[in-house]
Parts: sequence; C-alpha cells; structure tokens
Amino acid sequence: MELLVASAVGVMTAAGIYLVLRLRTFPVIIGVSLLTYAVNVFLFASGRLAMDMPPILRDGVETYTDPLPQALVLTAIVISFGMTAVVVIIALGSWLACDDDFVEAVEQHDPRTSSADPAPRGQDAA
Amino acid sequence: MATFLVTLLTAVGVAVHAPAVLSGEVITAQAEWLPGLGMNANFFLDPLGLMFAGLILGIGLLIIAYARKYLSRDDNMGEFFTYLLLFQGAMVGIVLCDNILMLLIFWELTSLSSFLLIGFWKHLPAGRQGARMALTVTGMGGLALIGGMLILGNIVGSYDLTVILENREAIQADPMYLPALILILLGCFTKSAQFPFHFWLPHAMAAPTPVSAYLHSATMVKAGLFILARMWPVLSGTDAWFWLVSGAGIITMALAAIIALFKDDLKALLAFSTVSHLGLITFLLGTGTGYAAMAAVFHILNHASFKAALFMTAGIVDHEAHTRDIPRLGGLRKLMPITFAIGTLAALSMAGIPFFNGFLSKEMFLEEAAHTKLFGSYYAVPVIATVGALFSAAYSFRFIVHTFLGPVRDDYPAKPHDPPTGMWLPPAILIVPVLLIGILPFLAEPFVKTVTYAVIGGAVEMPDAHLKLWHGLTPALYMSIIAVVGGLILLALYSLLARGWNAAPRPEAKPMFDAVIAAAVALAGRITQGLHNGSFTRYAAIMIVTIIALGVHAWMTGAFAGYTRAALDMTANAVAGWGMLVAATITLVIVHRNRLAALILMGIVGLMVSVGFNFFSAPDLALTQISVEVVTIILLLLALNFLPNRTPRETSGLRKTRDAVIALAGGGAVTALIYSMLRTDFAAESISQYHLDNSYKGGGGDNVVNVILVDFRGFDTFGEIIVLGIAALVIYALTEALLSSSVRARLLNRGYEERRAGDAHPVMMVVLTRVLLPIALMVGFYIFLRGHNEPGGGFIAGLVVAIAVVMQYMASGFAWAAKRQRYPYHGIIGAGVLIAGLTGIGAWFFGKPFLTSAFGYFRIPPMNEFELATAMGFDLGVFLAVVGAVMLSLESFSRLGRRSGEDTPEHAMDIDPSRDDDDDKTDGKGH
Repeated sequence: MELLVASAVGVMTAAGIYLVLRLRTFPVIIGVSLLTYAVNVFLFASGRLAMDMPPILRDGVETYTDPLPQALVLTAIVISFGMTAVVVIIALGSWLACDDDFVEAVEQHDPRTSSADPAPRGQDAA
Repeated sequence: MATFLVTLLTAVGVAVHAPAVLSGEVITAQAEWLPGLGMNANFFLDPLGLMFAGLILGIGLLIIAYARKYLSRDDNMGEFFTYLLLFQGAMVGIVLCDNILMLLIFWELTSLSSFLLIGFWKHLPAGRQGARMALTVTGMGGLALIGGMLILGNIVGSYDLTVILENREAIQADPMYLPALILILLGCFTKSAQFPFHFWLPHAMAAPTPVSAYLHSATMVKAGLFILARMWPVLSGTDAWFWLVSGAGIITMALAAIIALFKDDLKALLAFSTVSHLGLITFLLGTGTGYAAMAAVFHILNHASFKAALFMTAGIVDHEAHTRDIPRLGGLRKLMPITFAIGTLAALSMAGIPFFNGFLSKEMFLEEAAHTKLFGSYYAVPVIATVGALFSAAYSFRFIVHTFLGPVRDDYPAKPHDPPTGMWLPPAILIVPVLLIGILPFLAEPFVKTVTYAVIGGAVEMPDAHLKLWHGLTPALYMSIIAVVGGLILLALYSLLARGWNAAPRPEAKPMFDAVIAAAVALAGRITQGLHNGSFTRYAAIMIVTIIALGVHAWMTGAFAGYTRAALDMTANAVAGWGMLVAATITLVIVHRNRLAALILMGIVGLMVSVGFNFFSAPDLALTQISVEVVTIILLLLALNFLPNRTPRETSGLRKTRDAVIALAGGGAVTALIYSMLRTDFAAESISQYHLDNSYKGGGGDNVVNVILVDFRGFDTFGEIIVLGIAALVIYALTEALLSSSVRARLLNRGYEERRAGDAHPVMMVVLTRVLLPIALMVGFYIFLRGHNEPGGGFIAGLVVAIAVVMQYMASGFAWAAKRQRYPYHGIIGAGVLIAGLTGIGAWFFGKPFLTSAFGYFRIPPMNEFELATAMGFDLGVFLAVVGAVMLSLESFSRLGRRSGEDTPEHAMDIDPSRDDDDDKTDGKGH
C-alpha cells in the first residue's frame, strides 16, 4: 500500500513538474495544482498510513490515525484554492490586458505573431 | 536640542561611572538576548571604553552644537540628527559592549549610519559616490572582521570579550590564529583607512563638515584603532602582528603625510593628515611594547582634540568664504581673527610644536620609532618616521600660512567674517585641552596610564615612563627638530614642489576603485544574466534541479537505518483507485494542450485524491478536497472562458526531453522519499497523542481534526481565514482594476469563439438547482453543526454552501443571482474574521488566553442533551469567511464576462432570443 501512495505522489509530482516547465500560463497553473495535490498527500502521509481508524473518538476504540497532519492539510487545501484563484486572475489580467499568456519575461516572443491560437480573437473577427 | 540633551544625558551617565572605573573597577550590565547563539547584550565599562565613550560623547556634544549653526535652512535637520544619533549610539555600543557578536552588529551599524551621514547631501554626486565608496570599503572590512571575530570566538569557545581577552596563549597557539588576525586587521585597516585602504577617507569628505569632524577625527576611523587596542592583549606580540600592523602603520603615516601636503582642498588636506595620524597610532599599537601602547592612547586623545577643532575650522572657513580651496584663500587672519586663533593653535599642535599636546605624543612616537627594527634595518623606521613627521609639520604650516596669512584678497566668493558664537565656541573648547595638556602634561598622566593599563591587560609590563615636555637630548628631539625645520623649508619651496608633484604620474584611487567595482558589477551581471534571463521556466528548472541535487546529496551522505514499519497489504480497490489516478495524470500530461480536457482530467485526479483521503481514514480531508475540487474547476472554467482553449506547440523535442528528464527525476526522488518515510517510524515522539488524549477533555469534541483546527491550533486557523479573505480581496481588487482599464472595452467588443448555447439557462437545470438550494443549505448547516464530533466543520460547510450558491449563478445567470444577493461578500468575509476574533477575545473576559474555548452540555426538554462550545462561534467565523472568500473570487471572475445591460430572463426559457444565428460569425474550426 505504501508503494501505491508513494508512486502516485511521484507520478503527480512528475506531471506537475513537467507542466510547470511549459511556456503558457494555463498549463503552469494546472501543473502547480498537481504539485499541490502531491504536496498535500505527502504532508498527509507523514502521519503514516492507516485504514479504518478515523480520528473520531469512539468508546472502546483504542487506535486512531494521526489527526495532526490531517488538520494541517485541511487548511492547506483551502488556502491552495485561494492561491490558485489569485494566480489565475493574474494570468487572466495579463492575457486580457496585454494579449500575453507567456510565463517568460524575455523579449523573445511577440505574442501577436507567435500565438498559434487557432481561433480568431474576438476583436479581429468582428 | 533634543539630540543635544540625549547626548548630554548619556555623557553624564558615563561620567557618573568615571571615578569608579578610574579606580580600577569594571562596570558591567548583562542581559540575555539569544543565549542559544551565545549572543547576550552584555556591556562593560573599563578605562579604555571610558576614554572612547568620553571622546565620542564629548566631541559629539560639541559637534551637535556646531552642526546646528552649520547646516542651512534647506537641510533637513531632523534627518541629520537622527542619523547622527544612530551613529553615535552605534559607536558607544562598540566601545562598551562585552559580546563580540553584539560588537559586530554595532560595527555594521556604524558603517551603515556613516553611509547615511556621508551621503547626507544627496543632491551632490560627490557625496553619493563618496558614501558608496566608504560603505563598500568599510562594509567589506566589516565582513572580514565578522569572519575573524567568529574564528576567535570559536578558538576560545565563548563570544564574551572578557573571556576572549583572558586566553592569549590559547589563541596565539591555535593554527587559526593567523587567518583570524588577518581578517580582523582587514576590518580594522579598512575602517581606520590604513594603507592600502586609505583611499576612501578623502572621498568621504564630501560630507557636511560636522560629519567629517565627527566621523573622521574622533569616532568612526578610531573604531578600527579601538578594536586594535581592545584585542591588543590577545593578538599582539607575535611577528605577524608586528609586521602587518606596524608595517602598514608606518607606510600609511609617511605616504598620507606626503599626499596631504599637496592637497588644495582644506578638508582633503585634513583627511590625509587624519590618515597619516591614524597610521602613526597603528604603528604604535603594532610594535607591541607597553611604552608604545601608552603613546598610542595618548595620541588618540590628543589627535581627537586638535583634529576635530581643525575640521570645524575648515568648516567655518568654507561656511563663511564659500570655498575651502586653498589657492583661493589667504589673508583671512584679519577678517576672521577668532577662527585664525583657533585654527593656528590646533594646527601647531598637529605640527608637533612644543607646548601643544601634539608635540608630546609625537615625541613619544619618534622615541619608539628610534628603536624599532623593521624591514631588516635599524634605520628604516626612524627615517620613514622623520619623513612623515616632516611632511606632517609642512602641511600643518601650510594650513596656517596659505589660509590665514598673506595679504587680504578681494576675490573671495563671499565676504568672510567670524561666525556666530555657536560655531566657533565648540572648536575653541577643544583648544583648551590642547593647550592644557601641552603645557601641563602631568595632568593627563594618571588617566593615560589607567587606560594604557586597560589596553595592555597584563600582556606586557606596564611602562615606567612619564608624560613630560623635556626628555633631555634624545634622538626623538633631534628628529623633531629636523621635522619642524624641514617642514618650514618645504613650505618655502612649496610652489616648486607642487609643480613637480602635479607633473609626476601617480595612481589615482578613485578610477581604480571604480574600475574594480565596474568589473565586479559586470561579472555579477554575466552570472545573473546567465541564470536569470527573465525566463521563469528556467528559474523553475534551476530550482527543481537544485532541490533534487540536494536531496540526492543528502541521500548519499546520510545513513538509512532500514525499514521499521511493516507494509500494509494492497487491496484490489486501492490498486484500482491508484490505476485511475495514474492513468488520469499521464493522460493529462499527454493531452494538456486541449485545455478543457486537461481540466476534466485534473478533476478526476482531484477526485481520486479525495477518495484516497477517505480510504486512509481522513473523512474530513476527503470532504474538503472534493468541495475545493468543485470550486477550483468552476474557477478554471470561468478563466477558460477568456483564455484560448488550446495551448500551442512551441517547445522543441529537445526541450521536451529535458523537461521530461527533470520531471521524471523529481517524481522518482519524491517516490523514494515518501516510500522510505512511510516505512520508517517517527524520528521523534509525535505530539499527536496529546491531541487525541485531550480532544474530548480539553476541547469537548470527538472529531480530533476539527478540535485541532478550532481549538488547539485555533490561532493558526484564524490566520488562515484571514489569508483566504485577503486572497479573495486581492482578486476583487484586480478585477476592479481590469474593469476600469481599457480591458473593459475590449471585453465588451469581444465576440465568441464558439457557437453560443441556445439555452444558456436550461429549464431543467434552473428548476433543479432552485429546488436543491434549500436542501444543499440544510446539508451545509448539518455538516457545520456536527463538525465538532463527526466529520465536518466550518471549512467544509462553508464550501458546501458556496457550491450551492454558485449553482444558482450557473443555472439562472449572474444577474438573476446577483439581484437576490443581499449582503456583499466582502462583508461576509469581514464578519467571519470578526466573529472568529471576537470569540477568541471572549476568553479574555474569563481571564484566559486568546482563543481558549469553553463548552458545556445543555438540555431543552423535548430534545436530547446537546453540546454548546465557544469553539462553535469560532467555527461560525471560519464558515462565513470561507463562504465569503469563495464567492467573492468566483463572482469577480464572472464579472469579467458580464456585459453591461445584459440581463437574464426572470423565468426559465428555452431559447435566447438575443443569440446571433448568423453562421458565418463562427467558422466552427479548431476543435
């Protein structure tokens, strides 16, 4: 079971890293989200794995799973939503205001010409 | 005035202790600051510290009075005196503190505050450059000093100065003695402008004159000497010390004296003369004999008095004549008699004329030089010393003759006259000790001897010499006579010599310094340009590779004890879930260019993670994850409404391979790390058991996770809901900014990439969501209420309610939903944070710390017994903050897409009549 969790986190991390290294904002945001999953599961797993032992106190039950990482991860999940939302609005602002959704700040791209966006932008189509 | 009073108060404070200190006591004050680092705020006052503190504060008082008159109305006095006090405090800190770490902090503070003071006239390029140069040189020296002092502390095993001073043998026997010595000397030499670091001091003369008079006569440049004197007992006496310190000292002394003679700027002349005198003192400290130490102490005292007076005189001349260029001056004797008297007396002391205090200490210096063997010759030092003294006398005479004597001119830039009392009184006060000690040297003897004793610290024998005018016909007297006579001759031949000097090629420090700095900047630029060229993907790649490399390094060098936990058995369900997660992730990477598909696949991944949480006994996490997943996907869908639907192909195959290799390495490393973590036990005992044991007893709840959130770690949660609220407000603000810019017009003119849906608000969905709303709200309420004892709580309930409301927006349209919304979402966030905070504050009224919770069980007759806890109030705050934050974010995003005047029909409708059915508008390509 440990191997499953470890490899799942590994796969998510690898996918996240690959997407973070892309050039456009959207895949980077998706990549960061994947990394967030990976990190959250990693933190959660630091309490070690346990099945059928939820940290809800019951009479007669002696063993519970570790509640602390769960509490920490719970807030982390909610905060990560806030973070994603902020990053998305920044990316959106850049796209709407400058037609630029590159994550690079180098002057090598002219977004108008190098944008391979197949659908015509609205103001051009009118 | 306030500045003056503060300084006066401190001076009085120090003076109160003077009698005790002089009678051999050492006053100490201690406070532990960071005992773990050995960093304590320990201070001690011994005679050496007393002398320096007296100089700093005494001359400080005079400078403050002088600066008050010197600065013009345009200068910001408050700023100036703030810097001055900062500097003064740091200097006093250096001389009084007993902990070398504290000393280093004060040392750096003097560098920084002197930077501010030297560059005080920000409008002058010379001031800015001079300040920068001073900071660069003394700052670099400061770094070296930190290194040296830390080595010293390491050798001794304590950072307390008093302890270090008792370990002479241990330090000098240590193999790290030489590196420590060199580093410390670098610090001292840069600060005290010793050769080859002497070049910054003259450039620092661009500062207002009070600053020059204070920093460069009595205080900052003396800090280096102070460290030399302070560390004298443990560092001196070795060959390395002797060679480095006295060698640098004597060279500086002679070289700077020669340069000083040919400087036309009064302050530059004084600056180089200061360098020269500092070299003299450094030489004395370097020889390592008790007699020399005594001479050094005496000269520090004397130099501070006459040099500060001279700087102030130069300042007066500059202030009144509007120039301090010597060729444009002369004949000021008649116009400024008081200034003339002060300047002449101080300059004669500097020249080493009998009956002035400068004569006495210079005599002692020459005496010491007469029998010091350096550079393998008995004559080298005496000759160099005599040359230095000769030029020293010459420039002192030049200061008097070329400024004050000669005929009155009629081409001064301004009509010179004596300044107001406030300006001439401070230097006049300094002249008193110059004469008093010069004529009656025995007055100063007890004090000088006490300080010398503190410097020597028992390392060598106390000298048996006395301070007196007449020592008999000693070699020093002959050298003195040569110097004075030679000085007069040099002055007579000045115009000839100056022509030769100006014609001779000589290295200029500033271009060299600028070249070094430019080279350093260029090198740093090349390195950072190579690494940081603005490509964020490159930064990310560098960061990830570095992290992986560090992890691999840790793995290779660390020891792994082996697996200590048995692996859990795999179940078929788990394997199936794993398979779905992995398959979704891999497919996501493959099809990520299709952004909609990527989003759906991401949803699957999130769903599987949520299922995984549930599987591994974390129901709260599962609930949170699934609801956050829903809102995140909605958010990204809203964003995709504006962003292009596809990611274009741009990267080469090579680049993709590189990224894939990095990604796989990262993934593999994480897998290995987590696997080994999961199969080993905790390194230290976990605090989780405490939470399990006390959840019911202390927090009154069965759901330990919720109790941790609202009780044990309630303060963290409080911070987190604030952060969440801030994030939502940031989104709102950015949306507002976008909508008030030109983006708004573009959004309004935007066409549609896709054919619009005919029924934007399908009947089925509208009806269903409206029916579902009360049910969803009730579920949210239920989850909220049971949170303390069962899975649930404020976070999850907030997300559920937010989803229920978002459904209305989606189904019935923005306008419809917005019309029915009564409370602004900002207000809801604020109310949530406020309620949570007030609940926490409530505990204060019962004398408990912030966020202490209380609970009790109640019974209302027809119902079962139920529990009420203050934690519920806190959870309510969390709930409101989460609802508000999620809704404000999503609402902001949808506002971008809304057109003004667009309204959705009140009733569910099949067809949107405003739809554009013209088919050539959309070509339907691309997907």
